[in-house]
Amino acid sequence: MISIQQISKQYKGAEHFSVSNLDLSIESQEIFGLLGPNGAGKTTLISMLCALIQPTSGTFSIDGLTYKKHKNQLKQLIGIVPQEYALYPSLTAFENLKYFGSMYGLKGKALDEKINSALEHLGLLQFAHKKIETFSGGMKRRINLIASILHEPKVLFLDEPTVGVDVQSKNVIIEFLQALNKKGTTIIYTSHHLNEAESFCTRVAIIDHGQLVVKGEPKALIAQQEGAHNLEDVFLSITGKALRDHA
Amino acid sequence: MHKLWASTYKEFLLLSRDIGGIAILFIMPLVLIVTITLIQDSTFKTVSDAKIPILIVDNDKGNVSKTIFEGLEGYDSFEIIQKNEEIEAKELVFSGAYQLAVVIPEKLSSDLERKINQNVEGIIEKFALDEDEVSGSETIAPIPSKEVKLYFDPAAQLSFKTSVKNGIDKMISQIETKSIYKAFQAQISDDPSELIFETDKFITFKEIMPVKDNKEIIPNSVQHNVPAWTLFAIFFIIVPLSINIVKEKSQGTFVRLRTNPVSYATVLGGKTVLYLAVCMIQFVLMLLVGVYFLPAIGLPQLDISGKLPLLFVVAFFAGLAAIGLGLLLGTIAKTQEQSAPFGATFVVILAAIGGVWVPVFIMPKFMQVLSNISPMNWGLNAFYDVFLRNGSFLDILPEISLLLLFFILTIGFAIIYNQKKNAV
Repeated sequence: MISIQQISKQYKGAEHFSVSNLDLSIESQEIFGLLGPNGAGKTTLISMLCALIQPTSGTFSIDGLTYKKHKNQLKQLIGIVPQEYALYPSLTAFENLKYFGSMYGLKGKALDEKINSALEHLGLLQFAHKKIETFSGGMKRRINLIASILHEPKVLFLDEPTVGVDVQSKNVIIEFLQALNKKGTTIIYTSHHLNEAESFCTRVAIIDHGQLVVKGEPKALIAQQEGAHNLEDVFLSITGKALRDHA
Repeated sequence: MHKLWASTYKEFLLLSRDIGGIAILFIMPLVLIVTITLIQDSTFKTVSDAKIPILIVDNDKGNVSKTIFEGLEGYDSFEIIQKNEEIEAKELVFSGAYQLAVVIPEKLSSDLERKINQNVEGIIEKFALDEDEVSGSETIAPIPSKEVKLYFDPAAQLSFKTSVKNGIDKMISQIETKSIYKAFQAQISDDPSELIFETDKFITFKEIMPVKDNKEIIPNSVQHNVPAWTLFAIFFIIVPLSINIVKEKSQGTFVRLRTNPVSYATVLGGKTVLYLAVCMIQFVLMLLVGVYFLPAIGLPQLDISGKLPLLFVVAFFAGLAAIGLGLLLGTIAKTQEQSAPFGATFVVILAAIGGVWVPVFIMPKFMQVLSNISPMNWGLNAFYDVFLRNGSFLDILPEISLLLLFFILTIGFAIIYNQKKNAV
């Protein structure tokens, strides 16, 4: 589904590569977790795959489409749930979703039905005509998610989709994503919630200093790491306990 | 097309939810146009209730001072206040209490009369010498020249000073001329009632106005101000428009749009359509103010008869140019702190070099050249072509073509800049 070959990214003026010669292959219908400390290169990698930034070198393809040749088709194929809310606060949930759905060429009753269905699944139908600025963090996260899946993408990228939400909202979001995955959507997900990643992802990759350190099924990785009881133990033993502050 | 319509509708919703923003967009330009027209109308109109108080120190008490008094009163713009002491008048003016003091020197009338008589007698004697060859004329005692002193408030505008100085100079010249005629009359004829010299003006001037439907088009302050300040208000659209784009960047919605299969041109297109509609509504409101509100508060009425279609054409293209600039600014600016002050200041600069405040023809040469590249100057000229010069579509074609070109260039530059910036 996704094939990444020797991809690198060095930002203008930066001394180091944010992502360096990374090879990765993600199969269709996987829930793939990209894990790593702050500044490891997760968001840069996702940004390249979403065509937000261009790789310095290397290539990738999604469902056989490459960035350089099929930019618009690629955009139609993927959905991205950014870490920030990325919604218009003064518009209602419905108006936001209608607008972002229209940007994928969706329109009319079909779009309205998709919006209402997604809102219902995520417990927000009664708030459809309320302004986003009145929503809690958890509600905004759910709308943020709906805005990215209305066009039924084959691949969905999620950059920390459950950060700052309560347990109930997190639960609803995870269940919704699992349902999407069952319908055929490949999910690429970054998170610092390692317990969540352990139970949610079919496979994970740990990235550090822009390089792929390890990848595999969570259970297999825990079993391979001596003394590890969970994914967090694996993560800390690989990336170390030193703080990763960046300015 | 569907994406463009969706973008336009989204912009409409965003704007309609911002009541304060709408008030600023539609009410402030009207306040601006009424305020400026009121100020400029009272500055230039000949009959005004608001008279400027000026001081006069009359040390002459003669015919000349009487004529100066009558002349200044004849302006109707001045309220004359007499003072006895020059020093008092000087202090009052230099402290800013009054704009002007006129000090008429002692014996101005009598010395002027003596001086003229002396000169006239000299000329007559010269003629007599030529005819009779009489010699041994008396030595004439010289009469020192006189000075009418003008004290201006240091804060007084240069145009006011020039206008007053020219007026007084003209009055004194007329008094001197009349006195010379009078002196000649006295020398030549013993009968003061005998009319030897015709003292009425021989050369006069007449201003010829453009004519439409056999009626002269007489421009007034409203006819000048409404187009100029309407244009200024239209260009102010760049401030809310650039803020709108910067907000999208800071909210993260712009990043989402970049992941969507929609071009930046379509995103900008949605904003263009909505803000162009805003410009046109602004324009209609300002015309309504000119036609109905300004006459109601005692100002001249804006004459738009037979000009509406062309006026809308000019407003449309001026709006496009303003929007292009706003979109470019919003694309380049990273924060609202950058876009808002820059946008506001830039519009003021464009207005200044475009001739909204000071006519282009009195600007220094360099500024006149610069003025030619100001879109506000193109818009203003097009408005003046329609409002004041009775121009046709062909007359405004060069200006509206330049405005359209400006829009295309700014939009093109914004799209290219956005592509380059995001190709990190």
